[in-house]
Amino acid sequence: MNMATPDQDSLFAAAGQPVVKIFGVGNAGVILLGALDRSEFAGARFVAVNTDPASLAVSEAPVKIHLENKLLRGLGSGGDAERGRAIAEEQFSTLKSACDGANVVFIVAGLGGGAGSGISPVLARAAHEAGAIVLAFVMLPFDCEGNRREQQARQSLDQIKSAADGVICLPSQHIFKLIDENTSLIETFRVTGGLLLEGMRGVWQLLTRPGLIQVHFSDVCALVRDRHAENAFAFVEAVGPGRAREVVEKILAHPLLDEGRVLAESEAVLVSLTAGKDLSMAEVNRVMEQVKRQCVHAQIIMGAAVDLTARDKLSVAIIAAKQGVKKTEEHTHTTTRSSHAPPPNSSSTRESSSVSRSLRAHKPNKLVQSQLSLTIVSKGRFDKSEPTIHHGEDLDVPTFLRRGVGMN
Amino acid sequence: MFDDSNIVVGLEIGTSKICVVVGEQTAEGAVNIIGLGQSPSNGVRKGEICDTEKVEQEVRAAVFEAEQMADVEIRSVYLGVTGGHVRGFNNRGMHPVVSADREISEDDVKDVIKNAKAINLPAENTVVHAVRQHFFVDGHDGVTNPVGMLGARLEVDMHVIHGHANRLQNAIRLVRATQLEVDEIVFTGIASSLALLTPDQKELGALVIDIGGGTTEYVVYSDGVIKHSGVLAVGSDHVSNDLAYGLKVPLSRAEKLKREYGSAFVTDEARGQQISITNDLGLALKSVNVEHLQRIMSLRLEEIFEIIAHEMEKAGLSDYLRAGVFLCGGGSRVTGLEKLAERVFQMTVTRGHSTTLGGITAALDQPEFATSIGLVKYGSLKNRQRPPRPGFSSGLRSAVGKFFQRA
Repeated sequence: MNMATPDQDSLFAAAGQPVVKIFGVGNAGVILLGALDRSEFAGARFVAVNTDPASLAVSEAPVKIHLENKLLRGLGSGGDAERGRAIAEEQFSTLKSACDGANVVFIVAGLGGGAGSGISPVLARAAHEAGAIVLAFVMLPFDCEGNRREQQARQSLDQIKSAADGVICLPSQHIFKLIDENTSLIETFRVTGGLLLEGMRGVWQLLTRPGLIQVHFSDVCALVRDRHAENAFAFVEAVGPGRAREVVEKILAHPLLDEGRVLAESEAVLVSLTAGKDLSMAEVNRVMEQVKRQCVHAQIIMGAAVDLTARDKLSVAIIAAKQGVKKTEEHTHTTTRSSHAPPPNSSSTRESSSVSRSLRAHKPNKLVQSQLSLTIVSKGRFDKSEPTIHHGEDLDVPTFLRRGVGMN
Repeated sequence: MFDDSNIVVGLEIGTSKICVVVGEQTAEGAVNIIGLGQSPSNGVRKGEICDTEKVEQEVRAAVFEAEQMADVEIRSVYLGVTGGHVRGFNNRGMHPVVSADREISEDDVKDVIKNAKAINLPAENTVVHAVRQHFFVDGHDGVTNPVGMLGARLEVDMHVIHGHANRLQNAIRLVRATQLEVDEIVFTGIASSLALLTPDQKELGALVIDIGGGTTEYVVYSDGVIKHSGVLAVGSDHVSNDLAYGLKVPLSRAEKLKREYGSAFVTDEARGQQISITNDLGLALKSVNVEHLQRIMSLRLEEIFEIIAHEMEKAGLSDYLRAGVFLCGGGSRVTGLEKLAERVFQMTVTRGHSTTLGGITAALDQPEFATSIGLVKYGSLKNRQRPPRPGFSSGLRSAVGKFFQRA
């Protein structure tokens, strides 16, 4: 393997530029990696990781990691995430050394299959342990791909969320809002992949472009670190004199931002504007004012950069971190323990899924436990009757329990 | 035997008891309560029947008792219905007046009411009541009878109470199985408010809260019409259940403790007070902290009021309840409940009495009979509207007389 030399990495680091490694995991990930424009991502290391030798053979990535053992017999993971996961655990040290020296690791994967869903969480953990910030860009399968893939994807997403610093997740199903009925399958996949890559490009530009208003690497870290959340992103462009207004309109109508609703719920928003030399302060102001109005509770980080090739195009990338939990010590502990168990047995999966459930519930671990005990509370004579739910509270459960009034 | 057309019977199948009230309508239209029958209810949860056989027997027993007392044969009843599925909301219907002279006719009124009733309900739901509130003629508020007025646009506000058809049907079928006819089903909340409120209070604005065994109904009157209604599937059963859970005693014991020591507030003498529970032989089983008991109760009851108060605020009715809040139902017997309600609602709270009918005063004073009495009242109002019948003409004549006096 021709890994980048440590000297080069340190040179980049000295120049104030983060060392970025981009991992394409699984079939979809490798294809997406191939679709990335090398020249645009100059300075980044590309690594393809897969269990399927055929997919790696066509990949142009300079570094390829083929995860293989006898069990797979050269046939790939066969769509089984557990297998992908087991083999990744086995080769944990390889993955970790591949991440060495990187400040930022991007993981690109399509979830639902064997390799992408199985390896990505392990890779995220390996990168994290190697000291890098881990951003995962993942796609969820279409609804029509079936239950099993959806389940695997969901489970994997939860695991990635607990291992990576930030997850940018694109549910493919949302694409239907963007395409019309007659779009061909190939085109659909291209659009889906394109959206994900746009998100990556947005982050990349943030990190590398010399900005008028610079977004520092540390800002991005602050946004994604300790915030274990699902991020939503949008990338919009507009050309011409009314471009600022147009961009704002597009943001507010963007399907991936749920027509702006996501912004209202998010607690941190990163906005990056890129345009040609003629980018005016008034335009920046106009866009930011609208964004600010949308996200009342959010901490906003903004950046503006000049791209000489952009001419009169204004592009805005928005990453919104939804209200998430602060990553607690306790929490990482559990995750590591659960995912360290070499052959994933049922108990470990249950444990990790309970952790992820706690994440989704947006509640610190401690509270979740007390809540678990609450659900065991017998509702006495109302046990079998239809529950009386009022504003999400089950009124059949004694009031003093729900309000946490102690009786002793 | 006398003609049974002047006998009105209300039947309430409640969560804690089944109650039959027999009323006799005098020639002048006034109603006297002449019979009362009740039996404990074991087959109902949260106001809905869950054991038909048991309930059927209990209904028979209650009806028999009432028949004995009133010395009449009960053939048909006004049946009270409730349950968490029953909901009320306001709807407005519109109708353009098309006649050449723009005079609003009876047909226009019929049409506009029909329009107001045409609402989007879930397929499995059915309308229990559609109560007319006010007419608007060309946007002018407060018209009670628009016939003969001039206008281009006639609108009407209706309060529609609807519920799950199958579940409502269950109660009706059960009553029919006991060889009784159901004259009409009535939302118990409306029945209670009919029994409790005088026309003045309805005009001023009042909130009636009926805390039953399994459900709590609330109805708001303002300007003489129903403005809001609803059911909360939480009642005094929940209080007992909370106590059973919190004090770790059986449900029957919790029920007893509730009656004996219950309070809507933690009273001063209860602080630190322990009582020991004894079994039938007088042996001490365990001791219970009265302070805890009262706190558990207080929290639950306060929550019920808070939910309703919040509902009032949401509907924008809090400022219209000038006559205050009226409590009834068995659950309103808790000591200090008015004070608790006063604190939550910030207005005068009265424990309601069934003031609108005459007869056995002992029955009228019990808050738990308000619904059944209200059912009789409802029935008597409906009876008055019925087409003339021989033997009933004197009552009718007086009604017609009154009408002409007013006109």
